[in-house]
Amino acid sequence: LATDKATDKATVKTSSKSEKPSGLSREKLTAMLEKMMLIRYFEEASIKAYQQKKIAGFLHTYIGHEAVGVGMLEHKLPQDSVVTTYRCHGLYLALGGSPREGMAELFGKVTGCARGKGGSMHFFSKELNYLGGHGIVGGQFGVGIGAAFKSNYNEDNAVSFICFGDGATPQGTFHECLNLAALWDLPAIFVCEDNQYGMGTANKRAIANTDIASKAAAYGVKGYTIDGMNLAEVHEVMRHVVHETRTKRRPCVVHMKTYRFFGHSVSDAGLYRSKEEVDSYKEQDPIGVAINELIANKWMSEEEVKALQKSIKARVQDAVDFADESPEPPLEELTRHVYKDEVENLTVANLTLANTENA
Amino acid sequence: MAVLDMRDALNLALKEEMTRDEKVFIVGEEVAEYNGAYKVTKGLLDHFGPKRVMDTPISESGFAGLGVGAAMMGLRPVVEFMSFNFSLVAIDQIISNAAKMYYMSGGLFNIPIVFRGPNGAGPRVSSQHSHNMESVYAHFPGLHVMSPSNPADAKGMLKAAIRCNDPVIFLENELNYSLKGEVPDGDIIVPIGKGNIVRAGDKVTIIAWSRMMSLAKLAAEELAKDGVEVELLDPRSLKPLDMPLIAESVKKTGRVVIVEEGHVFCGLGAQIADNIYTQLFDYLDSPIVRVAQSENPMPYAANLEAATMPSVANIIKAVNQVSYRN
Repeated sequence: LATDKATDKATVKTSSKSEKPSGLSREKLTAMLEKMMLIRYFEEASIKAYQQKKIAGFLHTYIGHEAVGVGMLEHKLPQDSVVTTYRCHGLYLALGGSPREGMAELFGKVTGCARGKGGSMHFFSKELNYLGGHGIVGGQFGVGIGAAFKSNYNEDNAVSFICFGDGATPQGTFHECLNLAALWDLPAIFVCEDNQYGMGTANKRAIANTDIASKAAAYGVKGYTIDGMNLAEVHEVMRHVVHETRTKRRPCVVHMKTYRFFGHSVSDAGLYRSKEEVDSYKEQDPIGVAINELIANKWMSEEEVKALQKSIKARVQDAVDFADESPEPPLEELTRHVYKDEVENLTVANLTLANTENA
Repeated sequence: MAVLDMRDALNLALKEEMTRDEKVFIVGEEVAEYNGAYKVTKGLLDHFGPKRVMDTPISESGFAGLGVGAAMMGLRPVVEFMSFNFSLVAIDQIISNAAKMYYMSGGLFNIPIVFRGPNGAGPRVSSQHSHNMESVYAHFPGLHVMSPSNPADAKGMLKAAIRCNDPVIFLENELNYSLKGEVPDGDIIVPIGKGNIVRAGDKVTIIAWSRMMSLAKLAAEELAKDGVEVELLDPRSLKPLDMPLIAESVKKTGRVVIVEEGHVFCGLGAQIADNIYTQLFDYLDSPIVRVAQSENPMPYAANLEAATMPSVANIIKAVNQVSYRN
């Protein structure tokens, strides 16, 4: 029952405020709505599975951030790369990552996108150039500028999306890597998904200057502030940002103001936020807004919306079933992928491992 | 065969590998226009240009991380730390990212990267510039750790490190950069995981690497005058360790001294000793003796610095101890 309650809390509010027309085409709006729904239902299913103890460890959901990832990554080209934090499921799905492989990863199964060895915080995809979810706050900046460095080195016209939370901006790596990117003209887009809290600490209590975009000026690059709850704004501004980064080969900082509808992770009851505050953001739920617009424009009927929801929920259920039925990694996986190269003398036999004797 | 000093042998390895593979590039503090703080990268900027030899700001975490990302996307970075003491600023990039990426991505992204630079104590540089990092890095699965003791090995080992598809911690030594030795011409490779018998003997096996091998050689010469022929074994790769070679030597001598420049507690020698005790116990005629750095930060005063570091006299004493000689 706790499960249902949690799920209800997150489920899309169709009473969401209708904003002015987004300017998005029917096709684009529908396509992005589908992606946002996929993320929402995937994450809701993951919370449910967590409560059923099918998922363990940390679980940080993307619920509330959907417009950021979906709107932004519409502009990603195949050669571009994306790296992010431990809140990494949403971007993976927005990029077209397989829900089956994503859910199987959460379940710790060998069919997962990281063979069950990465888990919730470490989704990867080689074909999508998805360079991972990373568990150390600020640890991914270097990876992101490294990908941008490769783009200049190979002259392949790629850009690098480096996503991070507001809580990472006081880390040294943010400043080091922004400095390096500006110094070396690296095509890196530093995207701050500012959900206003670093775990339970409001950013006003952690960041001396909470205007993240303004930090760009310190490194002589452009900064943008975007309403991350507004899908159309994210999509439109990022079109410009990505184009400019790709053509002018300069980094920039994008401050996306967003909100997570749930706690930092599933174990966070969120007692540091008021219900009014949370509700005020749920009123802006980008999924609800998109549905309202589709209906208002008569681009979709309520029945069609329901049918869409149903089909996406079925896709998520298929992913859950797939994860459930998939095997755990065989024990050979324990010491596989520690090193790529086969090196002579590199075996557990050259060490003394009492625990592997019986494994 | 030419006689080169260690820095030139390393320089040659870099030059040959960068010529062989255009994906190889080098970044670090002062590596380009200054020609390297210790001149290991001398001339590389002129030869390869600023695209492949890049001076960085003082941002170890930033440029080490950049190397990891570039490696994920198919390049082969050589990241120079002006000193491995500064790698501590970048240790999250080395351990949480470089060492773990291949595994936690389920085999999707390997990291072909070399982190190199001088390790251990320089002359009179006090507490913060004298760390020995081998036992720290060797602790973490996903990293290889290598440390050459002579110019020929330096060239062959660095070439192997650059060709490795996994991260390698390549530990040089400031006091060894001017050490001279014969270096074979051409494409010599010292494979990762292959140790070397530097001097054959049958009384005691002395295991030592990097600059400690120079001390062990002096000790061996002294002991030979006394008729004690020790075997000098340089593992060269500290992880993985060449246990077959160690086993062969221990079976011959039955007595072992392990010399390392780092601190004694949790030093790499403790692991080597454990491997020998558990795998070769029946071949031992006496307990292993370790010679290592004493348990204090490196002092500046000359006499205290000398007392902190392992010495030739310490090694001779240890050999006598395992041999029950007075």
